[in-house]
Amino acid sequence: MSVRVQHEDFDPGAELDALGAEGGADQVGALASFVGLVRGGGIRAMSLEHYPGMTERALQTIETEACQRWHLHAVRVIHRVGRLLPGERIVFVGVAGAHRGEAFAACEFIMDYLKTRAPFWKKEETDTGARWVDARESDDTAAARWGD
Amino acid sequence: MHVTVLYFASLREALGLEREELELPPEVRTLGELRAWLHARGGEWSVLAPGRNVRAAHNQEMAGPGTALTAGDELAFFPPVTGG
Repeated sequence: MSVRVQHEDFDPGAELDALGAEGGADQVGALASFVGLVRGGGIRAMSLEHYPGMTERALQTIETEACQRWHLHAVRVIHRVGRLLPGERIVFVGVAGAHRGEAFAACEFIMDYLKTRAPFWKKEETDTGARWVDARESDDTAAARWGD
Repeated sequence: MHVTVLYFASLREALGLEREELELPPEVRTLGELRAWLHARGGEWSVLAPGRNVRAAHNQEMAGPGTALTAGDELAFFPPVTGG
């Protein structure tokens, strides 16, 4: 189980390979992942602020909960902070499981919980100025469907 | 009691403050009471008015208004999160 909050970019392929190795060839039959990108659509850049200390704790708690709900062999979450450009990677969630059912479900669960419980805040830079992104009701709805 | 309060994102910008050390009066014992006490400062502290969409953390865990405060606590106020 690992959590990283960092400025630097990451390589999803390398992270998936590491997950498979961490889980072990005897046990792992499925690797599922998600990569979030900065969507351009009229913005020049996006900046991510976070709450150092709480961010790592919150992501660890989410990973632990995923491992309690499903039998997983390895989990990895990476979230970047700082100023990012359109097309850049923001977040990686990777899960290694025996089969695809738990791997897909855990991956989606982790993202839904991360969107509503991890202390990051996005600010978009546009040609007309900078504005903080509003939280979405659809994210709360997505997180709620996992029960509480 | 002595506590540390942190402010993030648009809240931090509106208040022009990212952190403060506070000596709380005896009647401020919960997170909710702290928010009300800060709101009462007036001016830009209207961002903490009741009904405004503000979240809080107590020692780096999301927490609600009923959370009891203890000396040395780290509290934080911030908008709903938008990571991922």
